[in-house]
Amino acid sequence: MTAANRLADARPLNPRARRRPLLPIIYWLVVAITLVPIAVMVVYSFNVAPNHRITYVWHGFTLNYYVHLADLSGLWQAFVLSIVIAVVSGLISVLIGTPLALALERHRFWGRRLLTGILFVDIAAPSIVVGAAALSFFLSIGVHTGVVTILLVHVTFNIAYVVVTLRARLSGVGTALEQAAADLGAAPVNAFFRVTLPIMMPGIVAAFMLALAMSIDDYVITSFVAGSATTFPLFVYGVKTGLPPQVLCMGTIIFAVGLLLALLNGALNRRGRA
Amino acid sequence: MKLRKYATPYLLGGVGSLWLIVLFLIPLISQLLVSLMTGNLDQGYTLTWNFGIYRELFVGADVNYLLFLGRSLLFGATATFITIVVAYPVAYFLAFRASARWKNPLLLLVMLSFFVSFIIRTNMWVFLLGGQGPVLSFLRNLHLIGADAHVLGTPGAVIGGMAYNDLAFMVLPIYVALERIDPRLFEAAQDLYGNQRTVFFKTTLPLSRSGIFAGILLVFIDTVGDPVNPSLLGGQSTYTLGQAIQNVFLTQQEYNVAAALSTVMMIALGIILFAYARVFGTDNIEDLV
Repeated sequence: MTAANRLADARPLNPRARRRPLLPIIYWLVVAITLVPIAVMVVYSFNVAPNHRITYVWHGFTLNYYVHLADLSGLWQAFVLSIVIAVVSGLISVLIGTPLALALERHRFWGRRLLTGILFVDIAAPSIVVGAAALSFFLSIGVHTGVVTILLVHVTFNIAYVVVTLRARLSGVGTALEQAAADLGAAPVNAFFRVTLPIMMPGIVAAFMLALAMSIDDYVITSFVAGSATTFPLFVYGVKTGLPPQVLCMGTIIFAVGLLLALLNGALNRRGRA
Repeated sequence: MKLRKYATPYLLGGVGSLWLIVLFLIPLISQLLVSLMTGNLDQGYTLTWNFGIYRELFVGADVNYLLFLGRSLLFGATATFITIVVAYPVAYFLAFRASARWKNPLLLLVMLSFFVSFIIRTNMWVFLLGGQGPVLSFLRNLHLIGADAHVLGTPGAVIGGMAYNDLAFMVLPIYVALERIDPRLFEAAQDLYGNQRTVFFKTTLPLSRSGIFAGILLVFIDTVGDPVNPSLLGGQSTYTLGQAIQNVFLTQQEYNVAAALSTVMMIALGIILFAYARVFGTDNIEDLV
């Protein structure tokens, strides 16, 4: 792939095409529009808000809302709940999804196609239908909705992302190393922990991060199964008349941490390849 | 030994399969059953196989659910079309014009909005596009628009919000499909067709079809079902089926009606995507899983 890229770089299709600026202009325009709401969020998280709601007028720079994040009642609890649900559901879906991905990618068995189909629908189905279905189910078996049902449902949608990420990783590496381990006399369990698992590790980390991101940002599905629990997206959605500045601070912090993790992951991958 | 080989996939996949069947497949089916129940919140619901509900919802109901469904599909289709038109040149630029060294950073820039909470990012557009907001004030001062011009509450705002929020879902699969094309094919095509336009329409576009389909799948399904953009950016005239499902379930608490509406959305999406796949071909839908 990289060799092919280099070839494409070395030999432009048409020497004149390179100089045509239309494509770069479209690209940078799209990036600029992408950045607009992000910039507004970051900038206005530093603006003094006299009525505790963000205003258009610039009243002056302050770090006050970052220092007093917890002053906005409910925000901190909602944020902590979101993090806890993201981490726990991410761990469970990686624990369950990793062996499932191995089974699907390395074995032929009865029900494999059906399972692949269920995973496909799990990703493709609209959130609103998934949420409504989950609530229908919990109501019909008499389960009260709350933190536990949020966890169950987040694991359910994250398993599919974990399996897709890991299958892509597994199909890329082949089975040569595992066969070599078996030829050298490694017991299957040893081969798994010494060879297969280390091969899968970058995929598992990526899958876990994806699961974290999907879980922290989910509003629609969670809104059905949350009961009286409030996650961060539910909290933000519930603020009807103008956003309090602390919400923007929290958004900015999540943005910065997420970006940092992505850059770190990219840097580590580049190092691993070199 | 043979038994163990046979049992391995079931041992590996057992817990995951069970989880998916109990918490995903059965709920989807149970939703169908709930839609066929009659009753109310106080007295409880009983299964009466009330298939009539599907007719009642669309024929002579007090609320015009058919209009909401039509609106959802129209908003979703328009937003999907916009994302294709915008995402294709972006993906093309990243795949063929950006140097190998800058590809990943440039791709990250397009995906930056993913790092901001969906609800906050949509709320920021509400803030910017509000009646007293900077965008409309600026245009009003230039006398480009009248005093009562507004953006929020219009179909345009809702569709724009959907296209903005889902753009990266279209860029990524098209980019992946374009990256896969063997550059030697372009040389062959250039020798055969000559002109650049023909090369694009006879080689590049057909070869990126699977990426476009994957993007349509992601964006269309997501936007048709989305209740957030219409709720935050829209108004009364942009009420969609996604909002109706949410309200009937969570506010009015008529579970059978909500479950029926949700089933209708699933079926409508299924039919449309199946028809699309039959007409345009999907190449390799299994690849997506």
